[in-house]
Amino acid sequence: MIGKIVLENLKNRPMRSLLSILLIGVPVTLILTLVGLTQGMLTDAQNRQRGVGADIMIRGANVNSLTTASSITIPAGMVDLVERQPHVSVATGVINERVEVIMALAGIDMARFNRMVGGFTYDQGGPLRGPDDILVDRLYAEEHHLQVGQTTNLIYHDWRVVGVVEPGKMARLFVPVATLQDLRAASNRVGQIYVKVDDPANIKLVVGELRHLLPPYSINTMDEIAAMYNVDQIPAIKPFTVVVAAIGVVIGVTVVWLSMYMVVLQRTREIGILKALGASKAFILGIIQIEATLLGVGGTILGIIFSFGAQWLIHTLVPASFQMAIVYAWWPRVAAITLAAANLGALQPGLTAARQDPIEALAYE
Amino acid sequence: MSNGAIIETRDLRKVYRVGQVDVPALRGVDLSVQPGEFVSIVGPSGSGKSTLFHIIGGLTPPTAGEVKVGGQNLAALSDAGRTKMRRKTVGFVFQKFNLLPNLTARDNIAVAHYIAGLGTHPDAEFDEVLRLLGIANRLDHKPNALSGGEQQRVAIARAIVNHPAILLADEPTGNLDSENSRAVLEVLRDLNRRLGQTVLMITHNPEAAAYGHNTVHMRDGRIVDRTNATA
Repeated sequence: MIGKIVLENLKNRPMRSLLSILLIGVPVTLILTLVGLTQGMLTDAQNRQRGVGADIMIRGANVNSLTTASSITIPAGMVDLVERQPHVSVATGVINERVEVIMALAGIDMARFNRMVGGFTYDQGGPLRGPDDILVDRLYAEEHHLQVGQTTNLIYHDWRVVGVVEPGKMARLFVPVATLQDLRAASNRVGQIYVKVDDPANIKLVVGELRHLLPPYSINTMDEIAAMYNVDQIPAIKPFTVVVAAIGVVIGVTVVWLSMYMVVLQRTREIGILKALGASKAFILGIIQIEATLLGVGGTILGIIFSFGAQWLIHTLVPASFQMAIVYAWWPRVAAITLAAANLGALQPGLTAARQDPIEALAYE
Repeated sequence: MSNGAIIETRDLRKVYRVGQVDVPALRGVDLSVQPGEFVSIVGPSGSGKSTLFHIIGGLTPPTAGEVKVGGQNLAALSDAGRTKMRRKTVGFVFQKFNLLPNLTARDNIAVAHYIAGLGTHPDAEFDEVLRLLGIANRLDHKPNALSGGEQQRVAIARAIVNHPAILLADEPTGNLDSENSRAVLEVLRDLNRRLGQTVLMITHNPEAAAYGHNTVHMRDGRIVDRTNATA
């Protein structure tokens, strides 16, 4: 019977119900979008690292996190030294230069890189030939409306687009490593060395030998590098997520509070009728809380639907800059957060309703 | 204070605090109503009729004095105790009908049954009462699709669905035209005669008051007269 009362109440004020659900759904979308972006971009970066086809990565001395990967401290001559080691089939040095907050420009040795990745798949054009040539991946070309033959300015330098390649290999932008060394005043140095071994069974052996040979450098298997592309490994991501979730809770609590406050005002007389019939405080509170719970469920479902919309928008408008995943594991979490916020927001109006004097409530016009 | 009465008050007083001022609404009311009696309470505005109605109905506690309804001393009951008492001991009929606007007539009746802990479906015999009230074919309509007279008859059905010891009616014809007023009063008299339902009805209207066995006259918070309809 409580369910029927609540449903009829919601149906009787459809605009209020829909607006409440919409306003609850917005922070749900916000949380799911943030989590989806974090997860999507980490997974994309992880896949692009795996797409290189390397087994081992050598980084500069005392480099421990991904955020310092772009330091250029390794002598380029070390690439040959590494390649001469037993079981190493190919080694290539690269420089990763940030061109946007979340976009890297990779300086590569075209021949060695091709040997490492097995060559690019070209949608348009061909490989790097001149010092100012640039390859862009298909997503970057779509986002920036670039085609072969056009010029683009990055890090205060004009580059000529010579090829559009399929994405998935380390970066979205590739230029000759020598040009990048000149621009960064880092002649004969690289940021990382990617190493491919002859047999996966020899990876640990080669890592051990390289650590012995190059003690000051950070040397990891690509599995270890891939594991670093994890929310727990990126500083500030978790606190940021918590802050956004907290903002979502505040919005949810406020929306439900306001909505249920209005409900209690509008239904003062009805509450008086129920109390005259002998409804307990728990019964009245239950009606308000169940109504808030239903609004919370509606807001969660709408927020989840909106998160698919957000994913579509991001994929359509900025496919290279942002990747958003649908993180199903967060659906129950965001539902729990929303329902807790909805019930918290309904508590004060519910208690006010439960404590109403039946005579005053019945006299309310 | 027990002579088989279903309602009995002694030296009942109620004082409301309005700002810094105490306003006495009841100044010592002694009233006794026997089971199966139909009592009308009349009096001018401010005479204390509604306050007496609210205290007997368990909607507010008295300030002093005694009040027993169905053997229960309401003065000794807590708010929760009075809430519990309202579920089965009294049924209310209000001037403004006070039906829940979002529910059908059937659900308005069912909600009272549910709150009393009796489930949502009244017993089969209650169908006879619904026919007596003339609303058996109007149960699936919401209040805004019912006439005033029909709404008040639904309210009466809701009031008696739990077989309360007393039916309290506060100006039940105050919002009705004369034809519907007569119909509602006939229903109340019918319920009293056929089912032995005790009825306490507040009214301004002398014609309506005449439907009761007895009429209690109130003024300035006191009972000033009690007349028998057959007298």
